[in-house]
Amino acid sequence: MKFGILVNEGPFQHQASDSAYLFTKAALEKGHEIYRVFFYYDGVNNANKLSEPQADDRDLVKLWSALAEEHKVDLVVCVAAALRRGIKDDILAPGFRISGLGQLIESGIVADRQITFGD
Amino acid sequence: MEEEWDEDGPEVVKRFMYVNRKAPYGTVYALEMLEKVLIAAAFEQDVHVVFMDDGVYQLKKEQETKGVNMKNFSPTFRALEGYDVEKLYVEKESLEARGLTVEDLVVPVEVLSSDDLKSLMSKQEVILTA
Amino acid sequence: MLLHTVNKSPFERNTLESCLRVCEDGAGILLIEDGVYGALDNTAVADFIKKRMGNIKFYVLGPDVDARGLANQTMIDGIESVDFGGFVDLVEKHTATQAWL
Repeated sequence: MKFGILVNEGPFQHQASDSAYLFTKAALEKGHEIYRVFFYYDGVNNANKLSEPQADDRDLVKLWSALAEEHKVDLVVCVAAALRRGIKDDILAPGFRISGLGQLIESGIVADRQITFGD
Repeated sequence: MEEEWDEDGPEVVKRFMYVNRKAPYGTVYALEMLEKVLIAAAFEQDVHVVFMDDGVYQLKKEQETKGVNMKNFSPTFRALEGYDVEKLYVEKESLEARGLTVEDLVVPVEVLSSDDLKSLMSKQEVILTA
Repeated sequence: MLLHTVNKSPFERNTLESCLRVCEDGAGILLIEDGVYGALDNTAVADFIKKRMGNIKFYVLGPDVDARGLANQTMIDGIESVDFGGFVDLVEKHTATQAWL
């Protein structure tokens, strides 16, 4: 089955991105396809390669990038939400791309299930 | 189901529902939700917009935001019709709990009881919330 | 039938109550993140779920329960614990998922 994932919160303030990551990983392990992970609201902060969590903490930016690398998951950051928050191409972590909100709607149309993680 | 893509996008119309449960201004959720609604309309999907809980406050008339330095986005709800977003619903219980009536709202809406909303929701294919 | 996810504590927010108000019989509700506090028995809010038990299928995300030190607390009878794989299965099994935030 094809899943579309929406992440509405950043990697530090809320659990949403952790839950979304673990869900996405579990879906891939079960052989499902992740059509797209779309990052909206503060969720765009998941794409900031300049963030440096403490050494003993999980690093969601790197975890998402690794998932994209390993499983070719399409990680899309909403352009309008990103610009507001200073997220631009030159600070994007590997595997992320910036595009329009239309990519979320397209995900909802194409994916068999669209699921939101937020706060 | 494999869609054939062309310049007009996918030839699929799904039932999309946007559920607004947050008040405006205190957080950004209401504003960015409205942006999502406008985009779905551009994709010619079957868009339903629901206001319940504090989301009904997004539609309150007479919002005057100059004093808090923010953009008043409530007039945009009146423009939705121009984007063919005509299915606006307010949950009756939420409205009444806040001492409001449809007279207090910036735009005409259909008022649904939670039981009616229940059956409308369960028919949706994509539900976006914030 | 829909799957609803609820991620707020019922002690702090009305999220679970609102979800229950518009949740059809036969639907599923999965409590995740701070929502798992709603699964505890012998609390002031346990009746929210108990009243609908039997008509709605309730689930709780095990890793969130464990993280909060609740593994040995009494959960409301009939709530099923799932892991992230089980979460994926639930999303697959239901027609659409609504996240209550």
